[in-house]
Amino acid sequence: MTDTVAPADTPGYEPPIFGDSPEGTHVWQRVPYNPDDYGPVSDFATDFDHGDPAYNPNAPEVWKELRDAKCPVAHSDRYGGMWVPITHDTVHEIAYDTQHFTSRSVVVSVGRPGDLSLPAPIGGAPPITSDPPFHAMARRLLLPAFAPKVIEPWETKVRELCVSLLDRLGDLTAGESIIDAAQQYAQHIPVSVIRQMLGFPEKDEELFRRFVHETLERINEEPGTRTGMDELGQYIFAQIQDHRENPRDDLTSYLMGTQIEGIEMNDEIVGGMVILLLIAGIDTTWSAIGSSLWHLAQHPEDHQRIIDDPEVMTFALEEFLRAYAPVTMARLVAEDTDFHGCPMKKDDWVLLPFPAANRDPHQFEDPDQFIVDRQENRHAAFGLGIHRCIGSNLARLELKVAIEEFVKRFPRFELAGDTRWSVGQIRGPREMPVRILDIAN
Amino acid sequence: MLLRLDAEKCQGHNRCYALAPELFDVDEYGQSVLLVEGDVPAELHAKARLAVSNCPEYAISILVD
Ligand code: HEM
Ligand code: SF4
Repeated sequence: MTDTVAPADTPGYEPPIFGDSPEGTHVWQRVPYNPDDYGPVSDFATDFDHGDPAYNPNAPEVWKELRDAKCPVAHSDRYGGMWVPITHDTVHEIAYDTQHFTSRSVVVSVGRPGDLSLPAPIGGAPPITSDPPFHAMARRLLLPAFAPKVIEPWETKVRELCVSLLDRLGDLTAGESIIDAAQQYAQHIPVSVIRQMLGFPEKDEELFRRFVHETLERINEEPGTRTGMDELGQYIFAQIQDHRENPRDDLTSYLMGTQIEGIEMNDEIVGGMVILLLIAGIDTTWSAIGSSLWHLAQHPEDHQRIIDDPEVMTFALEEFLRAYAPVTMARLVAEDTDFHGCPMKKDDWVLLPFPAANRDPHQFEDPDQFIVDRQENRHAAFGLGIHRCIGSNLARLELKVAIEEFVKRFPRFELAGDTRWSVGQIRGPREMPVRILDIAN
Repeated sequence: MLLRLDAEKCQGHNRCYALAPELFDVDEYGQSVLLVEGDVPAELHAKARLAVSNCPEYAISILVD
């Protein structure tokens, strides 16, 4: 690790490159890239592809089909080889087995991280790309900033933000007006919160949404063409420079001042962590809020229950997270292994669909049923094992307040046209027109 | 009723603290801390069961019911 430590004023120092450009992290492919290999999927058991735009809208049906076909682990030749466990047991087992499955890259794409990217156990965006023992050191730096009691005081700010977004919708007419709940409401909430935490300018929020799209949605495109990832790297590096010149009370300055095992933090690790925080919280929370509103638009009985009995929110929140878990992660196989009869080879991808685990009938009673006050709910929306989402307390707060304020303002609303779902590992509505049926004053 | 919290298994999902703050606290790293030593008062049995059945990591168990 010491050889990567180089303060910015060292002669010959070159700023780290975070992106996916060929001269950057040297992304490598196992099979030559051919866009024709990424067409529509005909059989998810043998040709699984979460990058097929038909996957996210129908994911619960896909999981059910695979389960009914007694296929606990699906496979695909796409992306150079990928396995997809879909039962709670198999997802759990892989999440816990950090020896055979490395987190070096957690987003499946056509290229794999190359030899010049930060190797395991650190990876390009610690701690999510880190394996033990480095993982715990990086994670410990972030945990206190996201602990429940540190996050609780953000509630007022989040509430004000939600109210101001609703105010900004302008004059609406009950029974007529149609708004886009994903575009005009849900997406702005996490972007604004994390931007404030990291201490970045408000004007850059639009930029962040594009970075997220480049990182998480353009997964089956030619490596090296996702230029937004290089821009993201350059942007973060400029922010680090700015924080060096103008230190302030925010997460970026805090991380720059930390040490790992007595070694000063370097820009590459800080940059990777900041990128993670920026990317990890946006699409994910946007999706969770959007899916929850999508559900409520179609289930007035659950909507009414939340209005009549605000206490039910404690359970409803977790049920939204279970039934509409937005986040599927990934691992790379670290060494050849036989996984319940599946011959997994080093550097094969393994998807970790926590959302599928959340609908496993062996783990949950009536898993495809949304039960607003489900009492027993060990859902895995925030992952399982050592990588449990660091932002889970913040995400819960944002989700809770976003739903509360929306249903308070609009006691009734319904879907008004087609919802467009995201593509890739993060599942949620990206465009969701809803008709406002009732407006509270 | 006696409860057991396995600190090795706890990953700080914070479900127990949200459901039963009388029984669980969280430290600055978000890890759970069991607040009761010994017998869980009868009026908190229901909450204890809730915490057990919502911990995703199976870190909380009932030793004696
Ligand atoms: C509803 C919203 C969210 C969901 C469903 C979610 C889900 C997840 C999941 C499943 C993981 C585990 C990754 C793995 O096993 O490889 C994870 C990790 C992580 N999440 Fe979230 N997340 C959400 C929001 C956030 C927010 C708001 C932040 C912070 C601003 C955040 C920061 C992180 C970080 C830093 C990690 C890495 C933890 C580690 O590797 O130790 N997430 N998230
Ligand atoms: S719910 Fe389980 S994992 Fe989460 S803090 Fe409590 S004991 Fe730990």
